[in-house]
Amino acid sequence: MSAGGLHPSQPFPDAARETLADAQMRRNLRHAAGTIREKRLRAVAEVANWEDIRTQGASIKDTVLGNLAEHLLELEASVKRRGGQVHWARDAGEAQRLVADLVAAQGVSEVIKVKSISTDEIELNAALEARGIHATETDLAELIVQLAEDRPSHILVPAIHKNRAEIRELFRHKLGADLLTDDPAVLAEAARVYLREKFLTTKVAISGANFAIADTGTVCIVESEGNGRMCLTLPDVLISVMGIEKVLPSWADIAPFMQLLPRSSTAERMNPYTSFWSGITPGDGPQHFHLILLDNGRTDVLADKVGRETLRCIRCSACLNVCPVYERAGGHAYGSVYPGPIGAILTPQLLQLEDENANSLPWASSLCGACYDACPVKINIPEILIYLRGQITPHKTPNAESIAMKTAAWIFNEPHRFEGAIKLAHTGQGPLVQHGAIRALPGMLGGWTSSRNLPPFPKQSFRELWRRENEGEQ
Amino acid sequence: MKVSSEARLDILTRINRATGGQQPALERMPVLPSSRPRADIVAQFAEYAAEYRAHVQTVTESEVPGVLALLLAGKRVLVPGGLPAAWLAPLNTTPDAGQSHAELSSFGAVLTTCAAAIAETGTVVLDHGPGQGRRALTLIPDQHVCIVRADQVVDSVPEAVAALQAAITAGRPLTWISGPSATSDIELSRVEGVHGPRRLNILLIDSA
Ligand code: SF4
Repeated sequence: MSAGGLHPSQPFPDAARETLADAQMRRNLRHAAGTIREKRLRAVAEVANWEDIRTQGASIKDTVLGNLAEHLLELEASVKRRGGQVHWARDAGEAQRLVADLVAAQGVSEVIKVKSISTDEIELNAALEARGIHATETDLAELIVQLAEDRPSHILVPAIHKNRAEIRELFRHKLGADLLTDDPAVLAEAARVYLREKFLTTKVAISGANFAIADTGTVCIVESEGNGRMCLTLPDVLISVMGIEKVLPSWADIAPFMQLLPRSSTAERMNPYTSFWSGITPGDGPQHFHLILLDNGRTDVLADKVGRETLRCIRCSACLNVCPVYERAGGHAYGSVYPGPIGAILTPQLLQLEDENANSLPWASSLCGACYDACPVKINIPEILIYLRGQITPHKTPNAESIAMKTAAWIFNEPHRFEGAIKLAHTGQGPLVQHGAIRALPGMLGGWTSSRNLPPFPKQSFRELWRRENEGEQ
Repeated sequence: MKVSSEARLDILTRINRATGGQQPALERMPVLPSSRPRADIVAQFAEYAAEYRAHVQTVTESEVPGVLALLLAGKRVLVPGGLPAAWLAPLNTTPDAGQSHAELSSFGAVLTTCAAAIAETGTVVLDHGPGQGRRALTLIPDQHVCIVRADQVVDSVPEAVAALQAAITAGRPLTWISGPSATSDIELSRVEGVHGPRRLNILLIDSA
């Protein structure tokens, strides 16, 4: 399988049919999502003014997006003032070339990486490999995924679809580690030993960025394992690839996000490690720092007044963990580095609604609204899903479903049509009703009754009853 | 780089076309000073840091050398500049003299102070000023002993951010630490110390 990227290789319904067949994955996922979901509610309940912080987070992001050029220019100037260098990349190819050139200029063929979705988005590892540069993932889960030649299935816990026995086998095979048990502590120790050597000897590291502060040039990475600190501190050269939407105006603006992000993502009060750095610090950490500002479709999302708020996303993954569709279909079904509800709106937009497979994603939702409730920056995901469906449908030729929906809209729009339809339904349902329920609808409506019974239409509709009762009173 | 400067112009143009005209103003939430009693704030920091499996001990100033001697007995201890001589007297210390990263691996522990601590999250913050040293020091040795004075503990994240403004303006890096490093990547079971120090001791000096 490929290392990731944005483009789904098949439409969501087809991909989901495959992933639904993987019982082990579904079990792992159900356990994981359920656990994080409960913990998150507790972590959020501890904060008295959570709603105010969400509002503040959303409005900081909106301000940034409304003034993005100005903030990026300020960030660029601040990073340069602190001894760093700034590069701009319009698309994945440009970003790949920039990184590869910077690495090649160091004359090395090995780099270490901090988990970063933006580098997965641009399929950096494969591009580097093609230039003879091997990138080692240092996040435990990313390492597992990389060794398995698999793809991440979750933003935050990319190997959530793998269990301990599978991981032990993998480490035996790929790391040559002779592991006595599959205890997670033993597995983590094996990774520690393998990676320590790399941290101490590798000259170039590559990371993403969670946030960047325009007025001070400070970049931020939030993590748990310490592999981030290792990569950000020990190598001589650091290259960070950052989506242009990650900038914040001032240092004070980091406060709401350091409250929102840990509690929304890992459901912790705070993640174990957060690193902030501004350019280079003489005698401490990398002495060469490159920040790559990545567009790759983001300016298209920005240009869409409704879709724009998608760019508020801080990649916390709360929306994945509450999503009933994600929980069953799994991250791989979304076919892109952005799974779950956020993926369903972000992926097709980044691809400008021109990718047939990605265009199926806005339908990968029950529209239950759980993602909107969970999102720490209040992205109205259901509304954007519906909006995108509307944007996408006109491209399609009408099919049975769209005709049925149009007919339904025509009926529901006028009370007399609606009443007429109900009467007709009562008369027409006769042969379908068995033992007081409709068990099998004909034709394509059969999908509805294949897993549930439909109560028959009553003799008299509520509307009729209402009219009679009220007329009776007068 | 020529491509990058073309890209820069293109991206900025695209952004300006996308956002043209609207400039939403931002109203920031004021950082309200905490109204809780100091003792509660300090106690909560100790409790929450311990929940993250940091080993927290509350001590008085004069107890520090004795507690450190017990904690670090038999260990080669790496120390940054700027620590009080009285703390170091009973220990086997080596000052940071720019040792290589590989050399840092040979130390059993590192001793530092901090810049601030946060009660609502159990976090200590290093700004790598005097007494804290460069970032690699608190990363490579297996044990980190961090000394926190009670008056450094603030109640909330926004208060900590405000307190750290000067360090950030000066361009200093920050490291926020909440318990020892940990992973939950394998079936969500928490394992401490994947890459950073596996043990974090916090000595909380509460002279009150
Ligand atoms: S859309 Fe919201 S909930 Fe989902 S990952 Fe982004 S910030 Fe988190």
